[in-house]
Amino acid sequence: MNFSIYDFSAFFTSIHEWLLGMMPEALVTTIEWITIGTAAILFTALLGLSLVYGERKVAAWFQLRIGPNRVGFQGVLQTVADILKLILKEPLTPKSSDKFLYNLAPFIMMMAPFIVIAALPYAKGLQVMDLEVGVFFVTAVSSIGVLGVLLAGWSSNNKYSLIGAMRSGAQIVSYELSAGLAILTVIVLSGSLQFGEIIESQREGWWIYRGHIPVWIAFIVFLIAGTAETNRGPFDLAEAESELTAGFHTEYSGIKFAFFFLAEYVNLFIIVVIAATVFLGGWMPLHIGGLDGFNAAMDIIPPIVWFLGKVTVLILLIMWFKWTFPRLRIDQILTLEWKYLLPISLVNIVLVAFITLMGWYF
Amino acid sequence: MSSIINYFKTVFGGLKTLVQGMGVTGYYFRNARKEIITQQYPDNKSTLRMYDRFRGVVIMPHDENNMHRCTGCSACEIACPNGSIEILAPRVLDPETGRKKKVIDKHVYHYSMCTLCNLCILACPTDAIVMDQTFEHAVYDRSLLTQVLNRPGSKLNPEVKE
Repeated sequence: MNFSIYDFSAFFTSIHEWLLGMMPEALVTTIEWITIGTAAILFTALLGLSLVYGERKVAAWFQLRIGPNRVGFQGVLQTVADILKLILKEPLTPKSSDKFLYNLAPFIMMMAPFIVIAALPYAKGLQVMDLEVGVFFVTAVSSIGVLGVLLAGWSSNNKYSLIGAMRSGAQIVSYELSAGLAILTVIVLSGSLQFGEIIESQREGWWIYRGHIPVWIAFIVFLIAGTAETNRGPFDLAEAESELTAGFHTEYSGIKFAFFFLAEYVNLFIIVVIAATVFLGGWMPLHIGGLDGFNAAMDIIPPIVWFLGKVTVLILLIMWFKWTFPRLRIDQILTLEWKYLLPISLVNIVLVAFITLMGWYF
Repeated sequence: MSSIINYFKTVFGGLKTLVQGMGVTGYYFRNARKEIITQQYPDNKSTLRMYDRFRGVVIMPHDENNMHRCTGCSACEIACPNGSIEILAPRVLDPETGRKKKVIDKHVYHYSMCTLCNLCILACPTDAIVMDQTFEHAVYDRSLLTQVLNRPGSKLNPEVKE
C-alpha cells in the first residue's frame, strides 16, 4: 500500500492488484462496483447534510441571525436530526395522484446526481471514471434531473406543483444552452472534453487567468446559468414559497421530500465542481507559467485541499447570490437568458475561437 | 447604434447594481459576529431588553393609594374593533352635586379577543390604560384570559378632570 495524499492512483491500483491476487476478475469488479456505489451514496448523504447545515448557517450570517445552534456544538447535528425526522415521517401519496410517476419522481431526481458524481475529478487519481467525453457526459446526465421535477409536478395533481414544474422546465431548457456554451469556451482552449486533460492543460495556470477576457465572460455566464439550472435563488421560482407554497414538491412529505431537498444541494455541488474544474483548474494547484519556485511551493498543498478550497469558495459565492438578490419573474428569467446570456455566449464563442486561432492566450 | 449602446449599458448597469447589493450583504456576513440581532430568549431572561413601542397586554396602572385614572367614559369600548373591552359603569347619584354620574364598576378586558391594535390606548382621554411590556401570557384555562383591569376597592384619582 503506497498511500500518498498527492496522487491517489497508485493507491487504488495497488488495492486493485491486491484483490486480483485473491479472487477471479469478475468478483473483483463486482466488489469494486459495490464499494464505489456505497461510497457514492455515503458521500452524497454526507454532502447533503453538510451543505444544508452550511447553507442555514451562511444564510443566518447574511441576515444577522445566529442560525442553528442548539443540537450539538454550534448546531452541527441539526441536519442529522432533521433527516431522522424526515425518515420517520409518513411518506404520503395523494389519493388522486398518478401513483407510479409520483413515487418514481424522487428517484429520477436523485439518480442524475448519483451518475454524475462518478465522473467528476476530486483529486489526482480520485475519480471513478475519467471519461473521454466527461464534460459532455456530465452536462447531458445532469439535465435528467429536470425530468424528475416535471414528473413530480405533473403526477402530484396539484395546480401549484404543475405551475412550478412548468416554470422549472422552461427555465432549465433555456439555461442549459448558455451553460453549455460557457463550458465550450474552455473546451475550445484546452482542446479536450476529458476532465483529466482539461485539468492537465491548466498546469501553466488556470484558464481563468490564461484565457483572460473570454474565459471571464464565460465564467460569469456559467455561474448565472448554473445557479438557474440548480433552481436556486434568485432563480428559485420553481418552488417560489410565497407564490406556489413549495412548487413541484408541494405534495411530497417524509423521505421523498428529503430526496428533492438533497438533490438540490448535490446539484449545487455538481455545478460548482464543473465550474471549479473547467475554469479554476480543479485539483491543480495555483501555477503561474515560468515561476518554478512558486509552483513548487504551491505543490506542497495537496490537490484535494485545493479542490475543496475552490469548491467551498464557489459554493459560498452561489449562497451569497441566493441571500442577496430578489427572485426574478418568469418573463424576466427568460429575457435574461434569451436576450442577454445567449447572445453574449455566442459572441464569446466566436471571440474565443479567434483568440485560440491566433494563440493570443497565455 | 444607440440601441446597442443601451444594451451594453443595461448589462453593465445591471452587473454594477448586483455587485452593490452583494457588497451590502457581504458587509453583514463579515460583521455577523458583532451585529447579530437575535435575542436568545429563554437564556437571556434576566437581561432581556424591551422597547417602549412593544404592545404586550392592556393594563390599568394604579398608584400607591390604589387609585386609577379611568372615568368609565367607554371611549375604549367604542374604539375596540373586536369588542374585547366591556365597561360596566352604572350611573350613581353624586351626593355633592345631586346629579347622576357614571362611575366605573368593572373594566372587563377579554384578552382572548384582543389583537393588541393599540386603538383603545389612543382613544382613552385620561391615559387610564396602557400597553404592558410582558409577553408570556399562555394559560391553561381560557377563562383566565378575561380580566377585570381595575383592582377591587380602587377609586378614581381626583386629579383626573372629567
